[in-house]
Amino acid sequence: MSDLTAAPEAHGADPQKEDGADPPEAHPDTVLPPPRSGDEFLAPGAGDEPQGLVAETSEGEQELSLRSHTEAGELRREVGAVLRLPEGVAVDPSDIDVERTDDQTMIINMGPQHPSTHGVLRLMLELDGETVLRTKPVIGYLHTGMEKTGEELTYVQGSTNVTRMDYLAPLHNELVLSMAVEALLGVEMPPRSDWIRMLMVELNRVSSHLMWMATNGMDLGSTSMMIYGFREREMVLAFFEKTTGLRMNHNFIRPGGTAADLPDGWEDDVTVICDTVMARTSEYDELLTGQPVFRKRNEGVGALSAEEALALSLTGPVLRSTGVPWDLRRSMPYLRYDEVEFDVIVGTFGDNFDRYSIRLNEIRESLRIIRQIVEKMPVGDYRVQDKKVTPPPRGRIDESMEALIHHFKVFTEGFKVPEGEVYVAVESPRGELGCYLVSDGSPKPYRMHIRGPSFVNLQGLPLMMRGGLLADAVAVCSTIDPVMGEVDR
Amino acid sequence: MTVGGTEVAGGAPAVSESGGGSSRAPGRPDQAVIFPTRNQYAGVVRSYRDDGFEMCADLCGVDYLSHPGRRLPQGVVAERFEVVVNLLSLSQARRVRVRVQVPESDPVVDSLFDLYPGTEAMEREAYDLFGIFFAGHPDMTRILMPEDWEGHPLRKDYGVGRVPVQFKEAPGPR
Repeated sequence: MSDLTAAPEAHGADPQKEDGADPPEAHPDTVLPPPRSGDEFLAPGAGDEPQGLVAETSEGEQELSLRSHTEAGELRREVGAVLRLPEGVAVDPSDIDVERTDDQTMIINMGPQHPSTHGVLRLMLELDGETVLRTKPVIGYLHTGMEKTGEELTYVQGSTNVTRMDYLAPLHNELVLSMAVEALLGVEMPPRSDWIRMLMVELNRVSSHLMWMATNGMDLGSTSMMIYGFREREMVLAFFEKTTGLRMNHNFIRPGGTAADLPDGWEDDVTVICDTVMARTSEYDELLTGQPVFRKRNEGVGALSAEEALALSLTGPVLRSTGVPWDLRRSMPYLRYDEVEFDVIVGTFGDNFDRYSIRLNEIRESLRIIRQIVEKMPVGDYRVQDKKVTPPPRGRIDESMEALIHHFKVFTEGFKVPEGEVYVAVESPRGELGCYLVSDGSPKPYRMHIRGPSFVNLQGLPLMMRGGLLADAVAVCSTIDPVMGEVDR
Repeated sequence: MTVGGTEVAGGAPAVSESGGGSSRAPGRPDQAVIFPTRNQYAGVVRSYRDDGFEMCADLCGVDYLSHPGRRLPQGVVAERFEVVVNLLSLSQARRVRVRVQVPESDPVVDSLFDLYPGTEAMEREAYDLFGIFFAGHPDMTRILMPEDWEGHPLRKDYGVGRVPVQFKEAPGPR
């Protein structure tokens, strides 16, 4: 069994060897700590033989160091958590196995049509019995070329396109594009439009996290949670429908403000949502938080350290669960987040349970923000009064030919945006949602790049799954909260 | 020349202080933009990382084929492609943008995988959609498009395709 611990021959040359005094590839710059899971894979009794071993390879006899002695950088690069395989090939297990004899691991595909992968995500899992060794997330099944489409649409039409990316938080997508366009235009937004936007995106955060609570509950076998989550989310969606006309893909936040003002009586609707959802979060606490089976399945599963999360560019609840207090709403405030009070929820262990608690408490914090918005909502314009950006109001069109032409021009030709580049980021429910916008002075973006938080966060999946059980893979995948529409764009 | 306290070989990269757009409103802080050459690129990013930029927030490609006359600081030779990297310092709450010019004839830049392992998927995306190679990347394969896809869709000379509009009464394409 000792050969189970053999390192890959090309990369694990023993640094103690006389002729190979230099480690083959030292990575002094690797910021990652050694993987915690390294020792878990040692076969029983492997610790008795720490010197290294000799293995027969195609290049003759080679001395190998033990896996536990291999440097972190090498482990990450070659035999780390990421399974590096072409996606289409038939896999010969002897090709990929570097740790064990070839008949002990198998590769299975989870997805792309697996109900627990939250869309069309395919996970190639290398399994040793029930244990997940390496993972490769295979994405692209939902790729619809939205960045290319964005180059063909005017800035006015752009928000109808981006709103379909992260379909659980459409208002955040619209917000980030609008903010990028406004940054290039250099327009100053009226206060009421900022507050309306804040109200809408915070409600959207609540609905997105509720949806996550529902699907996460379902992944862990709690069907009641699924039904409760959808029930509460429906309240928020009903308010969205009343305000924007649609339950999803609103195209409500547009460059220059919002599409409309809030409907009459919105304060009462929002207050009812706040009261109800806040009361229901205590029910979730009772249902899940203290429940022993739920805790056992979450605590310590899929743990990640802060260094790993930072190195892998993970953001949002995944990063905060490792104890890094990074929330763009607080750290780099946009809109009017510096005028409301809220707490940034931070975890300690970076495991599934921390991510669950963070999302549950972020619902409460968002409700707290929403209550303050209801109090502080100023009166005024909901769109910037810049005639270049904002079409004339409906009433003027009936009276004035110029207004009609103006209206027609804004919606067919669009407005021209000064040349330049800008990167704007907002905190979406999943993390840093960024938009890099390049304008060449025409009414269409020259390049619109969206930095999707789930796209980047998926990179943490192999590391979080490594050494865990196959049954936990579902739970780990769920706590990243990937939305495939945004991953593939 | 020093960037962020660390020596960078090969002369000074051009720096432009304004990140474009308005900086008056909250949430739109000025981002320093730095234009290293391809040789300086990895060194500049490394010095920023040593300087407290813990995270590479974003990496993307831009194809400037149909917009060659863009504004660049003096001394920067405009090339067809550009790789744009957004570095984020959590401790200083600051961003810096690194823009490196990549010629069409030899679209290769150093990979940042060794510095920021989180750039793996983003570099694969840039390779997939623009055909920019990242030297030293562990898995330079397509990520969004199918493996056997030909061409790089976000290049400006890659056709978008169009479905002709058929009007009801119009004579058909006979």
